[in-house]
Amino acid sequence: MIIQTENPALEIHDLTVSYDRKPVLWGIDLSVPYGSICGIIGPNGAGKSTLIKSVMGLIPLSSGYIKIFNQELDEIRLKVSYVPQRESVDWDFPASVLDIVMMGRYGKVGLFRNIRKADKEAAMNALEQVGMEKFYRRQISQLSGGQQQRVFLARALTQQADIYFMDEPFAGVDAATEKAIIQILRRLAGEGKTIVVVHHDLQSVSTYFNWIIMLNLRLVASGPTEKVFTQQLLEEAYGGKLTLLSEVGELMKKEQVPTRE
Amino acid sequence: MTDRLWEFVTFAYPNIKYVVLGSILLSISSAVVGCFTFLKKKALLGDVISHAVLPGICLSFIVSGSKNPFLLIIGASITGWISIVAMDYIVRSSKIKEDTATGLSLSVFFGIGILLLTYIQHSGNAAQTGLDTFLFGNAAALIGEDLIAFSLIAVIILVVVYFFYKEFKLISFDTQFANTLGLPVRTLELILTSITVLAVVTGIQAVGVVLMAAMLITPAAAARFWTNRLSIMLTLAAIFGAFSGITGAYISYASPSMPTGPWIVMVLSIIALISFFFAPGKGILIRVFKQYQNQRKFLGENLLKVFYTLGESNQNFLSYRSQEELMAKRAFKESTLAKGLTRLSREGFVTHHRAQWALTKEGYEKGKRIVRLHRMWELYLTEYLKIAPDHVHEDAESIEHVITPELELRLERLLDHPSVDPHKAPIPQKQQPIINNEQ
Ligand SMILES: Nc1ncnc2c1ncn2[C@@H]1O[C@H](COP(=O)(O)OP(=O)(O)O)[C@@H](O)[C@H]1O
Ligand SMILES: [Mg+2]
Repeated sequence: MIIQTENPALEIHDLTVSYDRKPVLWGIDLSVPYGSICGIIGPNGAGKSTLIKSVMGLIPLSSGYIKIFNQELDEIRLKVSYVPQRESVDWDFPASVLDIVMMGRYGKVGLFRNIRKADKEAAMNALEQVGMEKFYRRQISQLSGGQQQRVFLARALTQQADIYFMDEPFAGVDAATEKAIIQILRRLAGEGKTIVVVHHDLQSVSTYFNWIIMLNLRLVASGPTEKVFTQQLLEEAYGGKLTLLSEVGELMKKEQVPTRE
Repeated sequence: MTDRLWEFVTFAYPNIKYVVLGSILLSISSAVVGCFTFLKKKALLGDVISHAVLPGICLSFIVSGSKNPFLLIIGASITGWISIVAMDYIVRSSKIKEDTATGLSLSVFFGIGILLLTYIQHSGNAAQTGLDTFLFGNAAALIGEDLIAFSLIAVIILVVVYFFYKEFKLISFDTQFANTLGLPVRTLELILTSITVLAVVTGIQAVGVVLMAAMLITPAAAARFWTNRLSIMLTLAAIFGAFSGITGAYISYASPSMPTGPWIVMVLSIIALISFFFAPGKGILIRVFKQYQNQRKFLGENLLKVFYTLGESNQNFLSYRSQEELMAKRAFKESTLAKGLTRLSREGFVTHHRAQWALTKEGYEKGKRIVRLHRMWELYLTEYLKIAPDHVHEDAESIEHVITPELELRLERLLDHPSVDPHKAPIPQKQQPIINNEQ
C-alpha cells in the first residue's frame, strides 16, 4: 500500500539503486509530507541505509529521481542534514566533542575560511540541546555509545536544516538518550521540519512516527502510520526473504547487466 | 667529536647549513602530510608512491638528458600520482581488494623503474651518475639548485595543509558527511594525494625509496601516542621530524661514512619506540605500571576486608591474628600476604605484635568500606539487574575496588540505605562503633 501526498517534502520517483550492478532497491516510488516524523523500517539488508544514502547523493542512482522540497539536492544542500550510522566512523580519531560538532558548520563556513565565533556558539548551543555541553572538551574515544549518538545529533542540529535524514539514531543507545533524542525530533517536527529516521525496534514505531516507509528491497508500504503499520504489511516486509528478487539481483551482477538500457 | 659538534652547530661551513636546512624541511613536510595518511589508515600509500616515482625520474632523465631537479620532480610526481589513481581505479571498478591493488601498483611501477634505470646505466650517458641516489637517498647532496627546489616544495606542502586543515580533518574523519555538506570531496582528496606525492618525491632525495614510507608514517604514529588533538599531533609529528632531520644530518657529518637518510629513519624509530613505551595514557609502560599499582591496591584492600570479616565472625574487629588465620579465610600466597601486610603496616592500616597482625582504627574503617561496597553492589545487581544472588559475588569482587565516594552515595540513596545484602549478611553502616570484645 503506497499512499502519496500532495506537495511533499521528499519525493522519490521510480528509484533503482545498485551496488556493482546488483540492484538492492527496486523501483521505489514514494512521498513524505512536510513536518512528519517518518520511520523507515524493514529487515536487515532491506536497503534502508541505501535509501537515505541515495537521497543524500552518496550513491549514484541507477534510475529515477529524488526531489527535496521540489528541488534537486544540489540546490538546497544547506537545508538538508544527514546523521550517519554511528559505526560508520572511527571514534578513536584525535578530536574533541566540540571539534566534531563544529563540522556541521563547515558547509556554511566555506573553504579556506576559519571557524567563526558564531559557529562555535551554534555548536555549544546544539550540545546544550542534547545535554552534552559539559562534555565539549572530551576526547571522542571516551564517549559511551549514547553520547556518541548525541554528538552526531548535535552536529546535525548545527546545520539548522529543514529536513533531517538519520540512520539508526536509536541503535545501541541507553534509554535516557533515546528519550532525549525523540524529544528533540518532536520539537523539530513541531517547528515544521521534516525528519526521516531508519529504525529497528518495531515496539516503538507507532509512538515515534506518524509516517512509515516499509522496505524489503522493494517498497512494501508508505503512508500514515495508522494506515500502513498493519500486521499484514509487516508480514509482507519481514516474512521470508524475497528470494526471487535477490537472486535476479545476483544474476545481474554476475552478468554485468545494466539496470536500464 | 666535540670539535665536529661545534662546527656543526655553528654552521662552520655553508654546506652544513644547507644539509641541515634541507633535512629539516623534508622531514617536517613528510611528517605533517603523513599524519593524514596515518589517520586515513592508508599507511601503505607512502610505499606505493615512493616505488612508483622511480620510472618517472628515469623517464624525465631520458627525455631531457639532464638531472635538473625541477624536471626530475615533475617526472616523479607524474608517475607517483598515476600509481595512486590507477590503484583507486582498480579498487573501484573491479573485484580486486585494496591490499592486492596496492601490491600490484607498487611492484608494476617499481619494476618498470628498475628496468629504465638499468637501461640508463648501460647507455653510457656520462650525466647519469647519481641517479641511483633516489634508490638509497643522499641528504648530503642537498645543495644548490636541489636544495632550493626541494625546500620550495616542502613549503608549498605546509602552506596547503595550513589552508585546507579543516577540510582535511573532516575528510579524514567522515568522508560521507563531507560529501553531504556539498564540499568538493573528490578535489580535496586529489589535493591531499598530490601533496603526499610531493612529500614522497622530495623525501626520497634524502632517505631513498625503501625508507620513505617510514618518514611519512613514523612521526604520525609516534605523535598519536602523546595527544588526542589533531593540531598538537601535527605539531608533534613536525617536531619529531625536524629533530630526526637534524640528528641524521649531524651523525653523517660527524662520521662521513654514515648515511643521513637511514639515520633520520633510525632516530624516528627510536622516538616511536619511546612513545610506544612511555607515552602517558597510551604507552605500554604506563599501563603496566597502572596494572601493578592496581594489583597492590587490590591486595591491600582484600587483606583489610579479610580482617573485617574475621572480626564480624568473632565480634572483635581489632584482635590480633596470625597469617594462618588470614590464609584460612582467603587463599593468599604466603609471600604475597607477607608483603601486603608489611605495606599495610607501613601505611598505618595494621599493626603487629610478634607474628600477629591487627587492624588499626583507620584500617578498620577502610576494610569496613570495602565490605560495605561489596555488599551494596551485590544488592544492586540482584535488585536492579535481576541477577541471581549466587552469581553476583565475582562481579562485586572487582567493582568494590573502583567505586568512588560519589558513586557510593548514589548507590546508598538508590538502595535506600540498605542494611542487609542478598545473602543476608549485614551491610556495615558508615557510622558504627567499633566492636572490640576482648575475651
Ligand atoms: N558498499 C556496498 N557494496 C556492496 N553491497 C552493499 C554495500 N552496502 C550495502 N550493500 C548491500 O546492499 C543491501 C542493503 O544494505 P543496507 O542498505 O545497508 O541495508 P539495511 O540498512 O536495511 O540493513 C545488503 O544486501 C548489503 O549487503
Ligand atoms: Mg543500515
